Amino acid sequence: MTYFEFESKTCDVNINSSVSRIRQVRRWPLFSIIVIAVLIIFAVFAPLIAPHDPKIGELEDRHVPPLFFGGTADHILGTDGLGRDIFSRVVYGSRVTVSIAALALGVGCVIGTLLGIVSGYYGGWVDEVIMRMVDIKFAVPLILIALALVVSLGSSLGLLLGLLVFMVWGHFSRQVRAEVLVIIKTDYVSAARLSGASPIRIMSHHILPGVISIMVVVGTLQVGAIVLAEASLSFLGAGVPPPTAAWGSMVSDGRLYIVTAWWVSLIPGLAIGMLVVSITLLGDWLRDRLDPQIRQVQ
Amino acid sequence: MQFLVKRLIAGFLALLIVTMLVFGLSRIHGDPRTLLISEDATQEQYDELGRHLGLDQPLYRQYLLNLSHLIRADLGNSILQHRPVEEILLSRIPNSVFLATVAFLFATLIGIPLGVLAAVNRGRLWDHGIRAFAVLGQALPIFWVALVLIYIFAVGLSWVPASRNNGWSSVILPAITLGWFGASGQIRILRSSMLEVLDSEYVRLARAKGSTERSVIWKHALRNALVGPITFAGLTLASLITGSIVVETVFSWPGLGLLAVQSVTNSDYPILQGVILLVAIVYIVASLIVDVLYTIIDPRIRI
Repeated sequence: MTYFEFESKTCDVNINSSVSRIRQVRRWPLFSIIVIAVLIIFAVFAPLIAPHDPKIGELEDRHVPPLFFGGTADHILGTDGLGRDIFSRVVYGSRVTVSIAALALGVGCVIGTLLGIVSGYYGGWVDEVIMRMVDIKFAVPLILIALALVVSLGSSLGLLLGLLVFMVWGHFSRQVRAEVLVIIKTDYVSAARLSGASPIRIMSHHILPGVISIMVVVGTLQVGAIVLAEASLSFLGAGVPPPTAAWGSMVSDGRLYIVTAWWVSLIPGLAIGMLVVSITLLGDWLRDRLDPQIRQVQ
Repeated sequence: MQFLVKRLIAGFLALLIVTMLVFGLSRIHGDPRTLLISEDATQEQYDELGRHLGLDQPLYRQYLLNLSHLIRADLGNSILQHRPVEEILLSRIPNSVFLATVAFLFATLIGIPLGVLAAVNRGRLWDHGIRAFAVLGQALPIFWVALVLIYIFAVGLSWVPASRNNGWSSVILPAITLGWFGASGQIRILRSSMLEVLDSEYVRLARAKGSTERSVIWKHALRNALVGPITFAGLTLASLITGSIVVETVFSWPGLGLLAVQSVTNSDYPILQGVILLVAIVYIVASLIVDVLYTIIDPRIRI
């Protein structure tokens, strides 16, 4: 289980009013905002920022160390075993990370929220079926299914996306449904129903706006999990197929040279770590701000 | 009770779905005969094997046949090693259990004192430091932490071996890697439940009747606050299973996780199938135990 699952299970315990907490809430998570902003700039302007081609290296430039460890300014973060510039690969790798995280989160959020709203609104057997699906989803170890799929179908971007969507949708469904159960008891929903609004109109105009804040919170908590899962799968060879530069597979490429060229794997790993730490801190801050009391209602 | 029955059914269904998935994928993978039989086999041998494996039957019969093999713990033969999969799995289990146990002990031994320390020193330097330790433990990718530890302690200082299982000294780094990740969750949960308990009536009463601060914290408060981490212990265990696949790969630790990753490289599907089913069972049973503990330890909790 990741930090994010712990978090979503424990935040009802976490909510305790205190001075230190209020003081914390006011502080902007500057570190997170800077790291995430830099990452997005990298991803958007990768060809302008990267000094070298991320896929082609000069073999005589193999394992050049980073700038302050005996290297040159030509390769600020050094080069890998094929002489490819690591900084350029990290910059291009951010495109993979950002686009995969955004797509998986987007699709997972839409599917999960939709099912959560339908489940909470209709109740009865519809609810029962959807929630049992969520239970089953949580009972299946994703990483092994991923490995089995890769053996049978080969690794591909589509497969990776599918797996990540499968990983996140349940979190949205659970939390959104819990919120919907509260919203449908409010007077304005009863009023809308009495005035003859159709179920679809009630769900889209009266319930959806009420669950947006919970979607944002679950979303920020899940982005980190997605980034980590993508990195782990790429590391195990079940993620983004080579030669595309993905951070996880870069760490994996370099791990055999850890004795002679530590930078090949430690630098891309540091990028993953900094990003996930930033997302975590931002998620914590956002949850404190929105404080939507994530509920664990079954 | 109704909740537990539902969970039991969900766990059972999940297991069934895993077997279907694994079976379906093995068929997408292709005719199993092409992997099992040598190229110079005769057509008769080929057909004979087909009948033996039930390939002449409809797909659902094939699945049921597969399921009946699984129930009898007959997982077939490894394609590469030509040995029964059960045998290979059994030889790897002790290594995985050893690593997981040491990691779990390590996580508990540092998780509980640090969680208490953070709660007692709330808002002070200790608290901030411990919380940073916990956030990092859960946010840093496990494989990266493993590599950094290898670089510092095995390559730089040569205190411990970098890989494989050579007894106690080689379990240290993988166990710390896994344990840090596990401890981080426990620290966060214990800290928040400790804070809640320290604020309660009976802790105030214990203080009022003149108990020493040490006895208040470690006896009165911790005992009640431990409910949080204990109910999460099973889930921590389940997450350690996933984490150990990555850790075993980095440290070439000869357990089930490494076996699974190697069987992917070798396209040895029967082995992978065996690992998946075994881990799925452990995972599902662990989650079930958590749910049972959840309701037994603290009857107030009704999810």
